Amino acid sequence: MAEALTHLQLQAPPAELAREPLVANQRPLGWISDTIAGVAEGKTPTWWWIAFSISFPMMLFGFGLIAYLISTGVGIWGPNHPVMWGWAIINFVWWIGIGHAGTLISAILFLLRQRWRTAVNRAAEAMTIFAVMCAATYPVIHIGRVWFGWWMLPLPNSNSIWPQFRSPLMWDVFAVSTYFTVSVLFWYVGLIPDLAVMRDRARTKIRKFLYGLFALGWTGSHRHWSNYEKAYLILAGLSTPLVLSVHSIVSLDFSVSQLPGWHTTIFPPYFVAGAIYSGFGMVLTLLVPLRKICKLEEVITLRHIDVICKVTLATGSIVAYAYGMEYFIAWYSGNPYEKAAFWNRLFGKYWYGGWAMIFCNALVPQLFWFRKVRHNLVLVFILSILVNVGMWFERFVIVIGSLYQDFIPANWGYFRPTWVDVCTYLGTFGLFFTFFLLFLRFLPLIAIAEVKAVAPQADPHHPLGGAKVQGHHA
Amino acid sequence: MPEAGPVYGIIAEFDSPAATLQAAEKIRDAGFRRWDVFTPFPLHGMDKAMGLKNSKVGWFSFLGGVTGYTCGMLMIWYMNALDYPIVVGGKPMFSPFYSFPPSYELTILLGSFGALLGMLFLNRLPRLYHPLLKNRRFASGATHDKFFIVIETADPKYSEAELRRLLESLGSNHIELVEE
Repeated sequence: MAEALTHLQLQAPPAELAREPLVANQRPLGWISDTIAGVAEGKTPTWWWIAFSISFPMMLFGFGLIAYLISTGVGIWGPNHPVMWGWAIINFVWWIGIGHAGTLISAILFLLRQRWRTAVNRAAEAMTIFAVMCAATYPVIHIGRVWFGWWMLPLPNSNSIWPQFRSPLMWDVFAVSTYFTVSVLFWYVGLIPDLAVMRDRARTKIRKFLYGLFALGWTGSHRHWSNYEKAYLILAGLSTPLVLSVHSIVSLDFSVSQLPGWHTTIFPPYFVAGAIYSGFGMVLTLLVPLRKICKLEEVITLRHIDVICKVTLATGSIVAYAYGMEYFIAWYSGNPYEKAAFWNRLFGKYWYGGWAMIFCNALVPQLFWFRKVRHNLVLVFILSILVNVGMWFERFVIVIGSLYQDFIPANWGYFRPTWVDVCTYLGTFGLFFTFFLLFLRFLPLIAIAEVKAVAPQADPHHPLGGAKVQGHHA
Repeated sequence: MPEAGPVYGIIAEFDSPAATLQAAEKIRDAGFRRWDVFTPFPLHGMDKAMGLKNSKVGWFSFLGGVTGYTCGMLMIWYMNALDYPIVVGGKPMFSPFYSFPPSYELTILLGSFGALLGMLFLNRLPRLYHPLLKNRRFASGATHDKFFIVIETADPKYSEAELRRLLESLGSNHIELVEE
């Protein structure tokens, strides 16, 4: 048998079937550490300071507006009868949707053994965490009397009243807080080996101490790796149903009510697809410039960008199908209120929202069918921004487009945002980018150990991994 | 080189994953017990090469998940059906359907904590001092691009001379003793 195996030759696949390697140019393992960790080491680059000096004041301005809101009241925002849910809910859903791509990449693609995920999962998970932070700000501040926010938690209070769990809004509290906590846990578990890399590379005492503290004394022992890999697999397995449940529950906030435009059973899968679609848009918006600025083109290769574009195309097409199905059901149901709501989406007072959402979410991603588009990074960047513009308008259409004209004309109105609405939204961008920049500066933005593990040099059965007999290590 | 303190074990450095894997198989077959392999990333096939059993992390996670689901259901039943019953929209005081989403989230929450804490417990982490991390060669290579096999002096079959010979024959390019 052993003799027979020695005659086996590892056949190179034909050129048209050969896959581009995940790390270009067969870089050695040490190069991977040096390149990725190098981004978070050395002198802080100028572009970082420029970006930070924009995002940090934006964040502070956002905090100032939240203080203004709390001290004055929600009247400084646009919502009023009949549109009682305004930008706060639009932006909450928008941000939390963006987060979903991070979990999809880190959990679902892990379970599906998509090895390309290793180059993008760390940054995408960071994006998830910071996006959920931005999202979670809104439900807390939009309730008006913020100091009663803790009544949403199942804690005993002086009124002896408990939260009412028949409402999806309570489910949302559990879904979002669990989502945030589990995303942080998953991110941290992935970071432990890389924090050890940073610890072992640290030059100053304080860096060595802090990275060492958070690396928890990781040595790379295989007895540890064995438990670690199992824990990682379980976390991926738990995060997968979690991410699907979170946006489903967010959608139930709408669909459990009886408002035309909200009261549909298609919402959970439609929201999840839209969330992943917008999240992949944000992943592209962040990574296309980052790979260039941080000189990571050999780790986040064109192949990675290509695959992310394809996922965007797939989820965008699901969203387009959901739009089509909504319109079909509005017509097929014969319900006059449902028909009116959907007519108003395209030809009502907010016609521009309806058309913007169809253009950006149903038509724009179809360009990703073309390889030339997927490989044109400038175009990919522009389209990725349009994706999130479109997804913002989708939530605008759903929230405001459904509320401003319902069953009786007494409930008809028009919603205008105030400058505080707009600037608070900008403030959340400040929060997001401030945290993201700090992440880039202090933590490895790509999972070093995971990228190494998928390199051919790491495979003990590959000639590059030192296997003597090709394909077999004797 | 004279060793100052008591010896923790013998450390052998390897260059390639394949050599490490083969060496680990030989060490396993020689019947050592207090030994370990150190790699910058999880090396596939190493569980078998070291003779490790399936990790027990799953049980911790399972325990967490069951606790989360049970607590969620009991909490909602207590709050909405027992301690403060109030009719909302004609819905039942308690139903496993409306209480499912929060309980489901708690299952995942505590299941995840179970996985993380179980992993840390089984690995005896955090451990902020380790003799190996004091070894310069180890500290600069184990998380970078080198592979190490360490056999502790606590192993009943430990013998420096024999181990040096064995590890050298397995293709290690550098062997030294590590202080406690």
